[in-house]
Amino acid sequence: MIRPKPNDRLIRLSLLTVALTAITVLAVITIFIFEQGLPVMVKYGLKNFLFGQDWYPSEKSFGLLPMIVGSLLVTLGALLIGVPLGLASAIFLTEFSSRRLSRLLKPVFELLAGIPSVVYGFLGLMFLVPFIRENLGGPGLSVLAASIILGIMILPTIISISIDSIRAVPDSYREGSIALGATKWQTVRMVVLPAARSGLVAGIILGMGRAIGETMAVIMVAGNAADLPASWLAPVRTLTSNIALEMAYASGEHRQALFATGVVLFVIIMILNFLANLAARKQSGR
Amino acid sequence: MKTKFRLKPRAEQKVVRFFLYFLTSVAILVLVFILVVILKNGLPQLSLEFLTKNPAHMGKEGGIFSTIVATIYLTFIALLVATPLGVGTAIYLTEYTFEGKVTRIIRFGAECLAGIPSIIFGLFGFILFVTKLKFGWSILSGGLTLAFMVLPTIIRTSEEAIKSVPAAYRLVSYSLGSTRWQTVTRVVLPSAAPGIVTGVILSIGRSIGETAAVIFTAGSALRLPSSIFSSARTMSVHFYILAREGISMSKAYGTAAVLVIAILLINIVTYYLMSKYISRTSPE
Amino acid sequence: MNPESKKYREKCRQAGLQSFFRDGSIIFLKSGTRAGLLSLAIYLTLAFFCLLSFSACESTSRQNEIIIAGSTSIQPFADEWAELYMEKNSKVTINVQGGGSSGGIMAVKEGTAHIGMSSRELKEDEKDLIEITVAYDGLAIIVHPANPVDNLSLEQVRSIFAGEITNWKVINGSDKAITVVVREEGSGTRGAFQEMVMGPRRISKKAIVEDSNGVVREIVSRDRNSIGFISLGLVDDRVKAIALDGLKPSEEAITQGHYRLRRPFLFLVREEPQGLIKEFIDFVLSDDIQSMLPQEGLIPVKKITAAKGSLTD
Repeated sequence: MIRPKPNDRLIRLSLLTVALTAITVLAVITIFIFEQGLPVMVKYGLKNFLFGQDWYPSEKSFGLLPMIVGSLLVTLGALLIGVPLGLASAIFLTEFSSRRLSRLLKPVFELLAGIPSVVYGFLGLMFLVPFIRENLGGPGLSVLAASIILGIMILPTIISISIDSIRAVPDSYREGSIALGATKWQTVRMVVLPAARSGLVAGIILGMGRAIGETMAVIMVAGNAADLPASWLAPVRTLTSNIALEMAYASGEHRQALFATGVVLFVIIMILNFLANLAARKQSGR
Repeated sequence: MKTKFRLKPRAEQKVVRFFLYFLTSVAILVLVFILVVILKNGLPQLSLEFLTKNPAHMGKEGGIFSTIVATIYLTFIALLVATPLGVGTAIYLTEYTFEGKVTRIIRFGAECLAGIPSIIFGLFGFILFVTKLKFGWSILSGGLTLAFMVLPTIIRTSEEAIKSVPAAYRLVSYSLGSTRWQTVTRVVLPSAAPGIVTGVILSIGRSIGETAAVIFTAGSALRLPSSIFSSARTMSVHFYILAREGISMSKAYGTAAVLVIAILLINIVTYYLMSKYISRTSPE
Repeated sequence: MNPESKKYREKCRQAGLQSFFRDGSIIFLKSGTRAGLLSLAIYLTLAFFCLLSFSACESTSRQNEIIIAGSTSIQPFADEWAELYMEKNSKVTINVQGGGSSGGIMAVKEGTAHIGMSSRELKEDEKDLIEITVAYDGLAIIVHPANPVDNLSLEQVRSIFAGEITNWKVINGSDKAITVVVREEGSGTRGAFQEMVMGPRRISKKAIVEDSNGVVREIVSRDRNSIGFISLGLVDDRVKAIALDGLKPSEEAITQGHYRLRRPFLFLVREEPQGLIKEFIDFVLSDDIQSMLPQEGLIPVKKITAAKGSLTD
C-alpha cells in the first residue's frame, strides 16, 4: 500500500518558517527594547545616561553609572567566588577523586543548577544578610551579599561545564605527560587545563551572563541604593534590579528610561554572548 | 622561574590536592546546606491541605493550590507553543538543509536568545502581549513569554538528539523508498524522542522556576485562574512575594520546598533519560 | 513536476550538485534566499492571524470578572474587600493585582483592568479618569521596636532621609549608623513622603530602596538601626511607628488633620461605573466595609469629609 506522498517542498517551507521563529523573536525583542529605550537616551544624551551619577527619574535625571558599576561589581564578585570554587571542584572531581565519587557528585551539581534563583535570594536574606550585618557591619544588604549569592548560584553551571570540557581532553595527553615524569598536578596545570581552556572560559562566561542577568535574587539581597557603592558592605543596585524595582510605578519618560536600562543591559549581554561564541568556536576548531 | 623557593613537585601536588579537596568540600557543603535548610523548614509545612487549599489573606493562611494550578497552566502553554517550534527548528536544521547562511542565522538567533536575561523577556512580553496585543496580565501573556524563553533549550537538545540518531537508520529508510518526511516522522523522531523529551522536561523546570519574566506578564493575582486570560500567580512568584514582604515565613518555606522538590524530581527524570538514551547513542 | 523546477534541477546539475532524492528536494534548498523570504512572509501572516483570533476571543471571556490593578499599598486591603464581596456573590471573580499606581492608571486607560488603584494624586495628564476615594491612609515613620527613639521632629526626619544625619547618637540614641530604607522612585508612598515631608529636598542616594511597603516593614523589623516609612495600615508589632513633633499617628490625629502625613486611596475608572463594577465600588463605600477600616489602620472616607466640612477655612 502506497500512501500519497506529502508535498516535500511545502513541508520544507513550513519547517523553515518555524525555524525562523528564534531569529524573529530576537529581532522583535531588540526592536521593542530599542524603540522604547532609545528616544529618551537620545533626548537626554547618551553621555548623561552612561556616565551620569544621579538617578532621580522624577527630576528627569537619568544617570545609569551607579547601576552599570553595580552590575559589573556584583558580577565580578560572583566570579571571584564562583570561579575558584567551581574550577577547583571540577578539577578535583575529574582528576583527583575516585571515579565513583565524581560519578555521584556530577549529577548532584546538575540537579542543583535547577534550583530557582529566588530560593538562593531568600536564603541570602535569611542567613547571609543578618550575618554580614552582625559581624561585618553596614546594613547587610550589600555588594558582598549579592556577590556571594550570585557566586553560589553560578557554581553548578561552572562546575558542570568545566567537568565536561576537562573530560573532553583526550587521555593520551595525560598519559604522555605522566610518561615524561610529570606529577598529576603538573599534568593538570601544564597539559589538561591549557587544552581545556576555551571550554572553561566559555563556562565562566556563561556563568557571568547568568550573574549579570539575574534579577530577583539580587533585588532581595543587594539593598538597591542607586549610588556608587563606597565599599563591599554598601548597598548597590544593578541594571536588572533597576528595571524590576521601578517598572511597576514608572510612567512616561521614567518608563522609557527603564527600557533604556534594558538597552544597556542588552548590549552588555550581547558582547558577552559574542565572547562566549568566540571561545566556543576556538574549542571546536582546534 | 618566578620564585626561587619552589616546592618539590610531589609536595606541591599534596598542597594543591588539599586545597582542591577543601574548595570542593566548601562548594558541596554550601549547596547541600541550601537543600537541607529548605527541606528542613519546608517539609513540616507540607500537608494535603497545604497543597489543595487556596491561599487566603495574601497567602498568610491557607495553602498554595491556586499557585500550583497557575504554574501548571503557564508551563503547559509555554511548552505547547515552544515544543513544536523548537522541534521543527531542529528538524529543519538537521534534516532539511545544509550548513550555510540560513542555518548560521538561525543558530545565531537561538544562541543570542538563550543569553538574554529573563527580565528583558519580561519587558518584551509586557510590551507585546500585555499592552500592544491587550492580553493583559494573563496566563496567555506569561505562557507565550516563557515559550520564547525556553525555545533555545528545546532547539538545542532536540538538535543534539536528532543528530545522535545513526545515519544508517535514515539510509535504510530512504532505500525502502520513503520520502524525507516519512523518514523524519517514522524513523528519526521516534528514535530521537527520549532526547527531545529531555529538552522539554528541562524547559518545564526552567518555566517553573522563573520569576522575573512571569511577574511582568502574568501578574500576581492570587485567585484560581478561570481562563487563559486571567492573571495568575505562579509558585515562584508567590514564594518571592511571601518571602520578600515577610507575609509568612512558614508558608514561604513550604512553597519553597514544593518548588525545590518539583524541580529536583524533574531534573532527576531528565538526568535518568539523558544518561539512558543520549549518551548511549552519541559518540563520546 | 513542473518544467520550472526541472530547469532548476538542470542548472544545479550543471553547477555540480547531484540530486539525491527523487523529488528534487536538495536542489530546492539551494535557493535558500528565496525560500527564506517566502517563508518569512507566510510566517508573519500566520502569526498575525493567530494574534487576531486570540484578541477576538479575549473580549468574550471576561463576563463575570473584575480586574483591579495598581498600588501595592492598597492591594492588601482591596484583596480583603474582594474576598468579602465574593463570599456574598459567588458568581463573580475579582482579581486584585499589584503593578503600582502608575501601572494601575495605565491598565485602566488601556482597558487591561476595570478598576485602577492609586495611592497618589493623579497628575494633570491622568485627570481624564474618574477618581473615587475609598479610604484615607496615614504615612507612618517606622523604626525597629528596640530603638529607644520614640519621637522626631519633622526637620529631623527630613535630615535623616536627606542623608545629613547619619548616626543615631545625634538624636539621642545609640552610637550606630542609621540605615535609611525608602520606596522606589515613582511609588505613591514615596511621592506622598517626598511631598509632605521632604519638600524640595532630595532623598539621599545612599538610602536602601525597596519596592513595596511590606518589604520596607520587613527590613526595618530585622535591622535595629533602620528607619523607613510605610502606610499606617500596615504597621504591626514588628515595627514601631514614631511620633512626629510629639503626635502619634492615630486615627483621631489624622482625622483632625493634626498628624499631617495623610493621603487618599483612590479607585480609578475610565467611565461612570456600571453593573458589577458599580456594585463592587458601592460595596466598598458601604458602611459595612467603611466601619471595618479603622481596625485595619485606615480612615473611612466619611470621617475625613465630615472633618473637612466642620473646618470652614
